[in-house]
Amino acid sequence: MARIRANLGLCQGYANCAIEAEDVFDIDDDGTVVVLRSEVPEPERARVEAAARTCPVHALSVE
Amino acid sequence: MHARSVIVVGGSLAGVRTSQALRAEGYDGRLVLVGEEPELPYDRPPLSKGALRDDDVPVLLTEADAVQLDLTLRLGVAAAGLDLADGCVVLADGDRLPFDDVVVATGSRPRPSPWGTPPGVHLLRTRADATALRADLRRSGHLVVVGAGFIGAEVSATARALGVEVTLVDPLPAPMSRVLGADVGGIFTELHRRHGVETRLGAAVADIESTPAGPRVVLADGEVLPATSVLVGCGALPNDDWLRSSGLEVADGLVCDQHCRSTSDERVHAVGDVARWWHPRHGESVRIEHWTNAVEQAAVVAHNIVSPDRPRAYAPVEYVWSDQYDWKVQLVGRTLGAPVRTLGEPAEGRFAVVYGAGDGRLGGLLAVNWPRAVVAARRAVAGREDIEALVGALQAVGSRGR
Ligand SMILES: Cc1cc2nc3c(=O)[nH]c(=O)nc-3n(C[C@H](O)[C@H](O)[C@H](O)COP(=O)(O)OP(=O)(O)OC[C@H]3O[C@@H](n4cnc5c(N)ncnc54)[C@H](O)[C@@H]3O)c2cc1C
Ligand code: SF4
Repeated sequence: MARIRANLGLCQGYANCAIEAEDVFDIDDDGTVVVLRSEVPEPERARVEAAARTCPVHALSVE
Repeated sequence: MHARSVIVVGGSLAGVRTSQALRAEGYDGRLVLVGEEPELPYDRPPLSKGALRDDDVPVLLTEADAVQLDLTLRLGVAAAGLDLADGCVVLADGDRLPFDDVVVATGSRPRPSPWGTPPGVHLLRTRADATALRADLRRSGHLVVVGAGFIGAEVSATARALGVEVTLVDPLPAPMSRVLGADVGGIFTELHRRHGVETRLGAAVADIESTPAGPRVVLADGEVLPATSVLVGCGALPNDDWLRSSGLEVADGLVCDQHCRSTSDERVHAVGDVARWWHPRHGESVRIEHWTNAVEQAAVVAHNIVSPDRPRAYAPVEYVWSDQYDWKVQLVGRTLGAPVRTLGEPAEGRFAVVYGAGDGRLGGLLAVNWPRAVVAARRAVAGREDIEALVGALQAVGSRGR
């Protein structure tokens, strides 16, 4: 399983992640990322890593 | 059989992200990143924002990252040309790097100041530019910003936060009005004035003079604006000059098909600010100078290099953000048409403006301090939804409060 971590202190609510992978990330009303699924199966890792790379402030990591 | 070789030219956002995406796609051949700037790749958006306060610029790639990616860095040397017949990138120091594919990621540079850059007059693109401007701003005094586009507006906001007096000058009637239109731009005129910025909008600059007391900006109507420093932000030009001798089609950027491959040679790919490609949803060739575009285009180009038999077309929804005072400004899609609806209250600092595409369809959205509206708009533009559908969706997310 790939584990997804979001650093809420860094997140600026640019919403890039929510657009790249809307099943994994959402934005709350204050403009902070919400991780909808904190673990995804290995076959989805590449797609979630690609979404994490679109974060301008490096708030997301996939382990 | 020789090992495959991909040379990425341009050591910044687009080049780094393409290199990373190539490895993520499973590319296991030789990979070289050539960059003119001697330092490790760094991120540019902070240069007009936080970096003018605290000099903190995030690095995009460390030496350790490069080792992990099996990426060879050739920093501090420019590419001088492409020898297509021989399949080589020719470096300024004479070195020749053979390629099977080459990625052009050389970005853009500020349009030169028509009035020169005497002492105290700045352009802003590199870390060194930001350091020089920051040093001038710390001496406080009075900054005149010529050009009220994104960078001029952001630097004005940052300078005010540092306690510097600012005068913002533009021949157009309002900040960012080239993108937002004059009416919506007017909301930003008010924003800057509220924060103590003097504005000279609709005012052409006749000259920037150098005096012992510092530079001064002379307007076409004769007014003279004395300054301690001046920032000239009049747009950017693509770094495509080095390709002119190659014979590739170059016209305000490297001209590419919808797969971001040069129209003249399929081995040559372009990413980021320098890429002019055929956008299938718009049905025209475009070039975009935004952060997110470089990142998304990098993923497509990497895929197309690894899987040339199944190439992906690149049809992004335009997206750019800008931070000005306590406003988080986000633009989605195209805002070149007419603004058709405003939701929320500009006076309260949380609102959105929906733009039409000219043909009655949805074009894009401006959102201020309203990230959920941005998510809705990006989906609506990508799905070619109509204006009313987006307005309905925005009213739904808006009603849940801030
Ligand atoms: C001050 C500032 C603030 C910004 N703020 C925002 C923002 O808030 N939001 C947003 O969306 N976008 C913003 N942008 C735009 C964003 O930074 C760019 O879209 C992004 O940097 C594009 O990346 P790139 O790699 O295509 O080009 P660049 O970042 O321009 O990098 C190109 C690199 O190639 C190198 N190079 C050029 N010619 C050669 C050659 N012949 N050989 C080798 N190397 C070469 C250059 O030295 C440079 O390092 C901002 C830009 C600036 C300057
Ligand atoms: S892309 Fe980054 S900054 Fe934007 S919402 Fe996601 S985590 Fe936050």
